[in-house]
Amino acid sequence: MAEAAHRYDETMPLEYRTEESRLNILGFWIFLGAEVALFATLFATYLVLFQRTGSGPTAKDLFEVKDVLIETLLLLTSSFTCGLAIFEMRRNRLSGLLTWLLVTLLLGAGFITFEIREFIHYVHEGATMQTSAFLSSFFVLVGTHGAHVSLGIGWMILIIIQLLQRGFTPRTARKVFIVSLYWHFLDVVWIFIFTLVYLTGMVI
Amino acid sequence: MGANNHHESFPWKHVVGFVLSLVLTFAALWVALSSGLTAKAIIGVIVIFAIIQASLQLFMFMHMTESDSGKIQTINMAYAFFIAIVVVAGSVWTMSFVL
Repeated sequence: MAEAAHRYDETMPLEYRTEESRLNILGFWIFLGAEVALFATLFATYLVLFQRTGSGPTAKDLFEVKDVLIETLLLLTSSFTCGLAIFEMRRNRLSGLLTWLLVTLLLGAGFITFEIREFIHYVHEGATMQTSAFLSSFFVLVGTHGAHVSLGIGWMILIIIQLLQRGFTPRTARKVFIVSLYWHFLDVVWIFIFTLVYLTGMVI
Repeated sequence: MGANNHHESFPWKHVVGFVLSLVLTFAALWVALSSGLTAKAIIGVIVIFAIIQASLQLFMFMHMTESDSGKIQTINMAYAFFIAIVVVAGSVWTMSFVL
């Protein structure tokens, strides 16, 4: 075995055992940094425009505590179960890993279902993307996050299929770890949507 | 498997992170809806809660500081959040003179 690879063998979890995997994970962190910048521009747009409601409904008219709280709890819990999946992976338990990934997927699907229902509800109340600057920026920000969650669900399904086919290898372990980073990151973005969009919208 | 010998058998870090996240979520909700503070104070408090909760995710769930790249990963995310604050706070501040 090569020297560099040997350095990671003894002390590190499976996903860090090769230099290549460690660099893949570092690269994904840099991608997440770019995602932070992307969402920052959408937050900036929303926060500048959110009181420009024109003749449409305001944030206070539209947002409902119960629906937002259900979405928040679903996504937060899915982030927790995704963490448990990695915990099980590091204990070499494939069945535990698969179980928690499936729970994470179901919670993520639940989140998306509630979000789509919320959007449909708004449209039925006459609050569409074309109604006002507030709603354009709202649907773009929250919709971009929802698109990320949907992508994450598809990605995670593919990773589960690979795990079933190939089991634990340094490569599959690294892929699972990276999809977990992506999933936790979606919750990080949602924390700020919950705070700066929904809670702030209900206060002002 | 060296890594597994000294691995805990119960995910304490995750459970503590999850419970703290729940507490911060409901605390933010209470501050926003029933604390009776001024709008400015409410936003200040709930943004601090959000930053704490995001940090919990990064450190307790995402293991940001682990591996040989831990330092670069942390500096990268700190820089990303610096950019985010400049973009968001800068835009809001600038446009407050216009709107």
